[in-house]
Amino acid sequence: MKVLVSVKRVVDYNVKVRVKSDGTGVDIANVKMSMNPFDEIAIEEAVRLKEKGVVTEVIAVSCGVTQCQETLRTAMAIGADRAILVETAVELQPLAVAKLLKALIDKEQPGLIILGKQAIDDDCNQTGQMLAALADLPQGTFASKVEIVDGKANITREVDGGSETVSLTLPAVITTDLRLNEPRYVTLPNIMKAKKKPLETFTPEALGVDVTPRIKTLKVVEPPKRSAGIKVPDVATLVAKLKTEAKVI
Amino acid sequence: MTVLVIAEHDNASIKGATLNTVTAALKCGGDVHVLVAGSNAGAAAAAAAQIAGVAKVLHADADGFAHGLAENVAAQVVAVAASYSHILFAATASGKNVAPRVAAKLDVGQISDITKVDSADTFERPIYAGNAIATVQSQDATKVLTVRTTGFDPAAATGGSAAVEVLTSVGASAQATFVGSEIAKNDRPELTAAKIIVSGGRALGSSEKFMDVMTPLADKLGAALGASRAAVDAGYAPNDWQVGQTGKIVAPQLYIAAGISGAIQHLAGMKDSKVIVAINKDPEAPIFSVADYGLEADLFVAVPELVAAL
Repeated sequence: MKVLVSVKRVVDYNVKVRVKSDGTGVDIANVKMSMNPFDEIAIEEAVRLKEKGVVTEVIAVSCGVTQCQETLRTAMAIGADRAILVETAVELQPLAVAKLLKALIDKEQPGLIILGKQAIDDDCNQTGQMLAALADLPQGTFASKVEIVDGKANITREVDGGSETVSLTLPAVITTDLRLNEPRYVTLPNIMKAKKKPLETFTPEALGVDVTPRIKTLKVVEPPKRSAGIKVPDVATLVAKLKTEAKVI
Repeated sequence: MTVLVIAEHDNASIKGATLNTVTAALKCGGDVHVLVAGSNAGAAAAAAAQIAGVAKVLHADADGFAHGLAENVAAQVVAVAASYSHILFAATASGKNVAPRVAAKLDVGQISDITKVDSADTFERPIYAGNAIATVQSQDATKVLTVRTTGFDPAAATGGSAAVEVLTSVGASAQATFVGSEIAKNDRPELTAAKIIVSGGRALGSSEKFMDVMTPLADKLGAALGASRAAVDAGYAPNDWQVGQTGKIVAPQLYIAAGISGAIQHLAGMKDSKVIVAINKDPEAPIFSVADYGLEADLFVAVPELVAAL
């Protein structure tokens, strides 16, 4: 069984982005880019399934600009066997990515598709669910545990107030939550090995997918600033302030 | 123009997040209908009919809706979607699970986590962990939206008298089956609906100490318990207590952060709280930059003192 994992190149989570002064977006020129943390968990999970002998091949996919190749090399350094880049300079929204991935599912016929639950740049949390809908597949979103047993995927999902388990027929789409696993550190020998692994490139046109954005960004602004208040010297003052000044207790 | 809100419910009652979603729906313009897809969910449908501002309730009842499986609920929404200009979900674990499935089936883009309705097709939403606010316009005929509940006041749960229309339910998917759930039972308010939240960080040091120190404070204040990602990752608190960019987004009247340094991802989840109190022994902790009241102290001393003083 093959597993397809999608990875997104995003601004590194340690970077505090700045809004451009003309309000057209955030300034991502010359900032550190990394693999979306949830996607790293997705790759790690796929590689662990391969190490357990549950899957035979891990294919990493990224959609976007040429530099996504770097993200794919990282995925292959973690342990993906090969990579596919769907290259385009168009701003890709979740529906377009889901359609591109659907086209690749048709080509590759994986038994599992694993994605991060959300990208930390646009915070959409949509692509996995959209892909499942387009491919008419069941979905196990926000997974904290994945078990493949008797041709089914048993997924423990994080929900409000606790967790729930669903059983899905394969193929199935899984999206990862934070506690699914802890991704391994990438070692230098594996980085070297990843350089030799195959990386195929397609265009959206070649896959027959229209990626025109459906949602137009009119402007991007800084959020209202919250200013720091005061330091209180002790607990008694704090309680007094909360009672008489803030009136919240 | 008619707007559909997908109710969040436990078959017996409507969850609070639905009320905030109804408020957002009313801002989109037009009549607001509420869909209750459940199993033996007559009571939930009746409760939805009481929500102020709701013109009609659609009730679909089938076993397949008992646990809110996305495959089944999305199919039911898609079955009625043609009558609606907007389809709104609360941006909760369940709304986030179902909404994109609906959008993809309708071949429309989805706008997640809206915090403001500017007009029928233009909405505001935070991006980059709330470090930027984007104003976005949908180019699609049907707008599929998830609503960040902290951005909208709840509609009144009573005062309405909508008619309830019973729908023919779609069949259940054979691809997905509900196996079981582990939902923590406690008397505390729900994190996203609580008026007061006390939240602990990695400084608590262990699960035992987290409970020993934080629980009495939560009990005293009738507060919900939250945690930073660091505390959850370390196993000091359950996963669903995590407040932050990828956890729960909260905006209580009072948020007390103890031993939380204040990473941007955490601030993204709580900075809209009305009053923020930070207790931390590190004077440089970033949490102090958003706190209304900062107390530089060892939480193991200050929190019990606070419990005693309340």
